[in-house]
Amino acid sequence: MTPLLDIKGLKVHFQTDDGMVRAVDGVDIAINRGETVSIVGESGCGKTVTAMTVLKLIAMPPGRIVAGQVLFEGHDLVPLPAEDMRAIRSKQIAIVFQEPMTSLNPVYTVGEQIAETIRQHEGMSKRAAMTRAAEMLALVQIPNAHKRVSDYPHQFSGGMRQRVMIAMALSCNPKLLIADEPTTALDVTIQAQILELLNEMKQRLGMAVLLITHAMGVVAETAQRVIVMYAGKVVEEATVEALFATPRHPYTQGLIRSIPRIDLAATQHVRLEAIPGSVPSLLNPPVGCRFAARCRYVMPECRTAEPLLVEKAPGHKAACIL
Amino acid sequence: MAQYILRRLLIAIPSLLGISVILFTVLALAPGDPFEELATNPAIPPDVRAALRASLGIDDPVHIRYFRWLTAMLQGNWGFSFVSRVDVDQLILQRLPATLLVIGTSQILALAIALPVGVFAATRPYSVFDQVANTLAFIGFSLPTFFTGLLMILLFSVTLGWLPFVYRTDIDATGWRWWWEHLRQTIMPVLVLGLFQGASWTRFVRSAVLDVIRLDHVTTARSKGLPESRVTMRHVVRNALIPVVTLVALQMPAVFGGAIVTEQIFRIPGIGSLLISAILANDTPVIMAVTFVFACLVIFFNLLADVLYGWLDPRISYS
Amino acid sequence: MAGSTLASPTAEIAAVRRAPVTPGREAWRRFRKHRMAVASAVVLSLMILAVLFGHFFWTLAIDDIDFSARLQHPSWAHPFGTDDLGQDILARVLYGGRISLAVGFAAMAVAVLVGVTVGSIAGMSRGFVDTALMWLTDLFLSLPQLPLLLLIIYLFRDALTKVVGVEMGVFILIVAVIGGFRWMPVARLVRAQFFSLREKEFVEAARALGASRTRIVMQHILPNSLGPVIVAGTIDVAAAIIAESTLSFLGLGFPPDTPTWGRLLFDAKDNLDFAPHWAIFPGLMIFLTVLTINFVGDGLRDALDPRRVV
Repeated sequence: MTPLLDIKGLKVHFQTDDGMVRAVDGVDIAINRGETVSIVGESGCGKTVTAMTVLKLIAMPPGRIVAGQVLFEGHDLVPLPAEDMRAIRSKQIAIVFQEPMTSLNPVYTVGEQIAETIRQHEGMSKRAAMTRAAEMLALVQIPNAHKRVSDYPHQFSGGMRQRVMIAMALSCNPKLLIADEPTTALDVTIQAQILELLNEMKQRLGMAVLLITHAMGVVAETAQRVIVMYAGKVVEEATVEALFATPRHPYTQGLIRSIPRIDLAATQHVRLEAIPGSVPSLLNPPVGCRFAARCRYVMPECRTAEPLLVEKAPGHKAACIL
Repeated sequence: MAQYILRRLLIAIPSLLGISVILFTVLALAPGDPFEELATNPAIPPDVRAALRASLGIDDPVHIRYFRWLTAMLQGNWGFSFVSRVDVDQLILQRLPATLLVIGTSQILALAIALPVGVFAATRPYSVFDQVANTLAFIGFSLPTFFTGLLMILLFSVTLGWLPFVYRTDIDATGWRWWWEHLRQTIMPVLVLGLFQGASWTRFVRSAVLDVIRLDHVTTARSKGLPESRVTMRHVVRNALIPVVTLVALQMPAVFGGAIVTEQIFRIPGIGSLLISAILANDTPVIMAVTFVFACLVIFFNLLADVLYGWLDPRISYS
Repeated sequence: MAGSTLASPTAEIAAVRRAPVTPGREAWRRFRKHRMAVASAVVLSLMILAVLFGHFFWTLAIDDIDFSARLQHPSWAHPFGTDDLGQDILARVLYGGRISLAVGFAAMAVAVLVGVTVGSIAGMSRGFVDTALMWLTDLFLSLPQLPLLLLIIYLFRDALTKVVGVEMGVFILIVAVIGGFRWMPVARLVRAQFFSLREKEFVEAARALGASRTRIVMQHILPNSLGPVIVAGTIDVAAAIIAESTLSFLGLGFPPDTPTWGRLLFDAKDNLDFAPHWAIFPGLMIFLTVLTINFVGDGLRDALDPRRVV
């Protein structure tokens, strides 16, 4: 079976004043129909760029897809002309961004903005599109949806705006929903509600979800498969269970150790562990393993040769010589 | 929205009062008595002069004089021109249409230049078009209107002989010929003012569009699969108009300043050239009234901009 | 990485990785990248030098009347031609330049002084004083400046002339009035700087260490608002030069025998058909001065105040 989305050897570079930033440097990610895959990593590891590249939403220039393919249902999106790409956006692949406060246009009502998406792809009349927009708002559990459809974004709270964004993304029944840190900008209580909503929408509409996050907790709650990225590369890939049970890459181990454990903190004195150091420069990435400088198990060979992503157990890949 | 307009109107009143205080202060601080021509004219006998001073209230305390002056101004009772011996309000009403016509047309021209050029340049930052437009804009607003006016007269009237350089109200033609002559004599003043404002507004539009273009909601619009033209018009330009309106409103005093100069160069019988000739003839009532009218016009256009702003930005009018 | 950097996720990386350089050097690096600004700085410096020292080399008097050389077109003897009294226009342009530049810089100084004062008071006081001062600032922004300028000069010129003489009187009046109408942007900038810096750590730290209010303002807040104020001040010089030329062009600025650039244009405008050079050279000088100052201001904005675009 061909995966719904198959990213192969993707390299995205950005030209800056100081040189070429290799933001995404050879990434392979496959997502099957109806599956929820999560990409985890620190800020600047290339996860957002990867997601934006799927829809070709990165600014080019300065960005450039240097190598690789983005196969959607077997067709490569990279060489696709702009017009065909527009037919994919929202209709086949939709995206929800991190900042609900700024992702909606403040000068149009939320209904107008959702209806605009629907009209673009479904060729409906204005009135029909507005009706559908109200239905979508009701679907994402916005109270009083048929009234609120003619409210402006500033009349909604952050969590409600994110619901609007999700309604807009789902309005044309996409096969894949990319959610780029959809809960990061929200209050903790709201975060859980939005994740729950995403899970529920997925069950009802059956689309695949690519969830990008830096929070391991979010991963555990939503995803089936997890991809860990570090400094523009995939360092580990596994099912959620396998990843949390037996993390293979020292970076993943560090990420899991850095999850705060309230249940343990109450009874024992457990220190929250942070990973020492910071992400290396993507201008001149170090030779060898990019995590070497921060790794507690570092060996001399780590600094000379780059470890490849290999299968360590069935369905469990890691890029580490350990 | 109606409430918003009302609120703006109420805010405009103190501004108008503030300007009137400044005007009156200037007048009161002025050495001698600006209206002294009447009151000190040796041809007028002393007792008549005293009566005149009393009737003008020149010897009253300052605040009483201010309120009397203000009520007179607001009632349109602007006095009598020393020079042309007509009521000042008559004089201004006669002259106002020409000023508004030239200003209005030139501002439309300015917007017609600034909007497309600014948007086109901002959507292609640092391209050849952007750089050429930017340089031309700098040249445009660095050229003072009195110099461009002279250059145009030199080129179109003196050298080429295409256009008349004196504006006439008594064109002895009828029908389409009258319109044609009128158009011909309006071209240069409108070009001078319009190009100057167009140049600075191009920069405003460009920078406003550049500010909006990198906002998140534009990426959202693109992710919806909208064509680039629709993203630009509905999600970039529409939003960029909001700061542009504010900047344009801030330019209104400069626009009227430019109009005075242009009227003077082309001898357009508007209130700007009226002001200059009144100053040269020491015609104080006319000077005061014209300045007051200019102040009212600026406030009126600011109010208009505020209403437009509220209409463009739902965050303002619906809060 | 916030959502606002979606379009260029590399911005942060690039900013962090740049080698540390001093602010002055960094500003110079950015200024240099603005080619028009650099070229303008050179041209402007040359013009200032010519205006300041030109009369040592071009020794013709500005009021040397020569009826045998009336309205002559440019020649070796008179590179900019002569006017209707046979006076050398080059000499008059050089002289007028000194007045224009003096007016420009003096008016800028007035505007910056008033602006910094009003902005600082508003920024320090909050509450009622701040509201009132900002209302006044907005009010001044909506004044019809040219008519008021004309009105004030009309009302006060004679009185001041009696006290300090014609040229000085007009100079003081013009500088004060132009400066008095251009302080508002500076006041807003300084006030905004106060508001944004007041809560910053280093100001808090200075306050905690017991620094007095004046000291905090003089040592921490004002230096930090210097960049935007320099930019605004540069533009003010150009605006003041235009304002002075406009007044002179309307025949209401300096007295007729003082050849400022605007006055030269005023005298030339009725002779356009047979002596275009008379208008073109002073006009070009105004244009070039204003253009180069504007470009330098733009370059300074890139260098000192990189956040703003307009």
